[in-house]
Amino acid sequence: MTDIALNPAAPASARPARRDIGLKRRYAAERRFKLYGIAAIAIGLFFLVALMYSVFSNGYTAFWQTEVNLAINLDPKIIDPDNKRATDPNVLLTANYPILARNALAEKLGVPATNKPAMRELGKLFSEGVRGQLRDLVVANPSLIGTTQNVWVLTGADIDSAFKGQIDLTVDQTRRKVSDQQVGWMNKLKGEGAMSQRFNTGLFTYGASSRPETSGLGVALIGSLYMMLIVLCLSLPIGVAASIYLEEYAKKSRLTDIIEVNINNLAAVPSIVFGLLGLAVFINFFHMPRSASLVGGMVLTLMTLPTIIIATRAALRAVPPSIRAAALGVGASKTQMVFHHVLPLAAPGILTGTIIGLAHALGETAPLLLIGMVAFVANSPVTPLDPSTALPVQIYMWANEAERAFVERTSGAIIVLLIFLAVMNITAIILRRRFERRW
Amino acid sequence: MNLMTERNLEKAVNDKMSAQGNAIKMQGKDVTVHYGDKQALFGVSLDVPEKMVTALIGPSGCGKSTFLRSLNRMNDTIEGCKVGGLLTLDDEDIYNPKIDVVELRARVGMVFQKPNPFPKSIFENVAYGPRIHGLAKNRQQLDEIVEKSLRRASLFEEVKDRLHEAGTGLSGGQQQRLCIARAIAVSPEVILMDEPCSALDPIATAKVEELIDELRENYTIVIVTHSMQQAARVSQRTAMFHLGNLVEVGDTEMMFTSPTEKRTQDYITGRFG
Amino acid sequence: MSTLMVLVIVIAIAAAGYFIGRQRAVSKEGGNVKPHSLPHYHGWWVFLASALPAILFVAVWAAGTGVYLERSAIAELPTRTADTVIASQSLELGMVSGIARGLDRLSDAERANLPQTFAELQPLLASKGVALATEGQDYMIPIATEWNRNTAWASRIGGIVAIVLALAGAVFGLSGVHVRARARNNVERVILGALIAASGIAILTTIGIILSMLFQTITFFQSVSPSTFFFGTVWDPRFAAAGSGGSQGQFGLIPLLAGTLYIAFVAMLFAVPVGLFAAIYMAEYASRSVRSVVKPLLEVLAGIPTIVYGFFALVTVGPFLRDLSAALSGGYAFIQAQSVLTAGIVMGVMLIPFVSSLSDDIITAVPGSLRDGSLGLGSTKSETIRRVVLPAALPGIVGALLLTASRAIGETMIVVLAAGVAANLNINPFEAMTTITVKIVNQLTGDLEFNSPQTLVAFALGLTLFFITLAMNIFALYIVRKYREQYE
Repeated sequence: MTDIALNPAAPASARPARRDIGLKRRYAAERRFKLYGIAAIAIGLFFLVALMYSVFSNGYTAFWQTEVNLAINLDPKIIDPDNKRATDPNVLLTANYPILARNALAEKLGVPATNKPAMRELGKLFSEGVRGQLRDLVVANPSLIGTTQNVWVLTGADIDSAFKGQIDLTVDQTRRKVSDQQVGWMNKLKGEGAMSQRFNTGLFTYGASSRPETSGLGVALIGSLYMMLIVLCLSLPIGVAASIYLEEYAKKSRLTDIIEVNINNLAAVPSIVFGLLGLAVFINFFHMPRSASLVGGMVLTLMTLPTIIIATRAALRAVPPSIRAAALGVGASKTQMVFHHVLPLAAPGILTGTIIGLAHALGETAPLLLIGMVAFVANSPVTPLDPSTALPVQIYMWANEAERAFVERTSGAIIVLLIFLAVMNITAIILRRRFERRW
Repeated sequence: MNLMTERNLEKAVNDKMSAQGNAIKMQGKDVTVHYGDKQALFGVSLDVPEKMVTALIGPSGCGKSTFLRSLNRMNDTIEGCKVGGLLTLDDEDIYNPKIDVVELRARVGMVFQKPNPFPKSIFENVAYGPRIHGLAKNRQQLDEIVEKSLRRASLFEEVKDRLHEAGTGLSGGQQQRLCIARAIAVSPEVILMDEPCSALDPIATAKVEELIDELRENYTIVIVTHSMQQAARVSQRTAMFHLGNLVEVGDTEMMFTSPTEKRTQDYITGRFG
Repeated sequence: MSTLMVLVIVIAIAAAGYFIGRQRAVSKEGGNVKPHSLPHYHGWWVFLASALPAILFVAVWAAGTGVYLERSAIAELPTRTADTVIASQSLELGMVSGIARGLDRLSDAERANLPQTFAELQPLLASKGVALATEGQDYMIPIATEWNRNTAWASRIGGIVAIVLALAGAVFGLSGVHVRARARNNVERVILGALIAASGIAILTTIGIILSMLFQTITFFQSVSPSTFFFGTVWDPRFAAAGSGGSQGQFGLIPLLAGTLYIAFVAMLFAVPVGLFAAIYMAEYASRSVRSVVKPLLEVLAGIPTIVYGFFALVTVGPFLRDLSAALSGGYAFIQAQSVLTAGIVMGVMLIPFVSSLSDDIITAVPGSLRDGSLGLGSTKSETIRRVVLPAALPGIVGALLLTASRAIGETMIVVLAAGVAANLNINPFEAMTTITVKIVNQLTGDLEFNSPQTLVAFALGLTLFFITLAMNIFALYIVRKYREQYE
């Protein structure tokens, strides 16, 4: 065969015999190869779908919480038995509010107050959170004492799960967390319309709590907001300034080379290392407060800077030299050229990079763990110096809780986080599409 | 089929005989090419005779490269490219769905404008085609093919001591001859050359032209060039393209001495191009 | 005088300087001489001359007095003896500063008849919202009072000096305003200085990372020898309550390093083929419309925070693998829910988009002429990819994979939730192993005394991690850069 192949000088008229070049085998290999590619993409997409499904199917119910409507008699005999509220404000803070709710529920369900075991069961129907709820009501308006108020009260986490159908009621009642009696009451209240699922505002307002139904993202949202503001205020100006220097002013020297390599490396340093830096420098050396969003914001700033610098430099590089030449040509100084012409033209690119950097910072957890943001913070922080948590850290803390209701809440929190990230990324994409300029 | 010995062929050319005496290897009838909405070729009909060099000339953007690339369906790799009309190789429609594009390209090889050796050794570059097509049964045969191809491409003497060094390390002219050797190694019937000398200096160009003239002995060659002189030096037949149309085709010497078309005259005398 | 107030005053002076300076520049215009700079440059120059030195001084002064106050407080603390109640000086100092902070919140009347014993003081401060540890000692109260007095002193002096500096700067700036003065150049020089300082932060960060971890690591190596750390095969740090001291754990790096590398290996085993083939398909086969849908979808995977992956591993993948193994073996779950496999697979999913987008870039950077050359010889598309494109892209892909591997090694949240905390040294991927990053988190969350080896070891681990990833990154970036140059 090779003989023929190498001797095309054979009679010109005799068409070379069709060579066997293994087409069948080769096309089979071709199909296989292509199939591997499709399979790889399918695997990637499968996991994306599985992850999203896992989060959303576990979490969408977290946005509704079962509540029960009670006509609560704010009985002064229970709230203030010694009638001292005029002199001692602590009375209203420490009164036994859950009893009021229990009595109201007992009345509604027709359970005699003498039936102690039933009353105990009844007391577990609603959440301990009722204490704070009624207290806030009464403290804000003490004249309500003695009246009867219609109040929606949170049910306990187990009742909530049962109500949402997440507890298998076919198993024996000793092996589940809600008793048959409670289920009976639940169904009765449901039939009367007194128990229903309402939008879970608590998820966005409550702080840390050991009970799932009264724990929320309030503190974490404020903490994350502070941190994002700090990251934005620090990393954008510093990042843009550094990029301008490196891109427009710096002559290529060993120093700028080092800075360049350095920035690229910092972008790839594990995020947890930034946490160690924050712990050693900000907290240990400068004695900044632990768990504060200020420190968290500064750590995230250092982490985000390389991303922003890399994006900004790319945006600056995309501005054509002709613009620079034109500005210099009319007698602008270099600084004027940069700030009047180059920077405005690069702004959309810089903004896009910044938003993506911020989105990364918003989802970052590891460094925050080390600077003490894994804290049980029940009260909303007022300033960035107060202890707080962050959205992803709250997710981490809830993920470590064993209760079923916390899985639901964790997934709910993840949905909130993912929505924030989606909004930020979509904004970045829209900005890029809108202002993209081809030179 | 016309039986014609090499000597006769040369004689024919020397005697300014029409090249129609040779068998027709490839044939285009009313070929149109669209890139998306843009039409690049408007019904070109051209015969490519066997064992001759056919030159496609014309100003840039005239469709000569497009026509060349449709001869071995390299246009398939460009998204949105559509070829119409009839193109045959040995009277077989090459755009017939039954025709296998891989086999077609093994029969109709191509050398590109810019030398594009693979980032492998010289040996591997040449051995690549025989390997994928399974043309050598063993290492010895492969060595033979490589050596023979390099010799045919007049490169062997220059590189025989460094066959296993990178092909990208050669000079531009050597790289282009390596690419020609790579094409020859597959033993194609037709070799398409897309301005093979445009990236080369005059000395390298001369060598490649010399090589093309030698290859004519065994292969049918179609070459795109925008150098008149090159067309005159290496080809026996010349086709003149302009704005996606075939203006004139004929014996090279005739074309350069007595073109019938005014546009050809203008082009040859350098009035546009 | 609080620092904030000083800053406000300084800015106010500087702002006034800006307006006056601009005014003066305007008033000096006219005549035959063309002014060198626009009036607002003069204004800005006065502003900077006034504000910059003052603000720098405030910063330095604040840092300096902090250190000075601490020193003087330490000097006054009673000499430490073996039976001192409080474990360490830093703890003692913390209490003193706590008391000082509390005293600051008292009203003048309360401060006038300050209780002299800690037992009385504690509830008083607690009512002001300052919670103090119970071990506080009586001798701390005068030190704290002294501390507060010194603080007040220092801030008063510092404030006055800062304001004087601001005024002097303003006067200096204003005196320089005349028609040919190069105010613009001065302002631009300051701007350039600021730009340089900003780029210096990148270097400062790196230096900060290395130095801070190095110091803690050296302290750690004073109580645990480097050889037992680097070559020890047992990890058992034995948490000691603050102050109890004495109990020494074992700090062997090997099991953690092994777990880290093993999990990263499993992740790469999963991510590399998937990511690479996805990249090949998208770069070489996919039509533009498929590409425009699939590529962003895969990139969504890269945008999902790692904590979400960790949770996914914890509640979905881990239990699924455990149940699957139980079903396969008929009852006995040979795959643990927290295992090398779980962590590896989920981390692999996270890495897919990194591998695919990096490789995609690299594959598309291979010049089209090479593809044409190969196709022109009659090779099929997959032959072209396997024999020409991939070998040409190989160095770049190796670089990309190194970058990805370094990310796998430094990843924290997935392994914290999915890999387990037991520092085992085994080769069974179905059992739990732990990683360097998990242990850093474990050692540093919770209230621990900062100077014990149990916490310091986290910095030694961090430094090890930093250098491993640094080496990989530098090498990878070098390769990728070389590769780019090849085709530019």
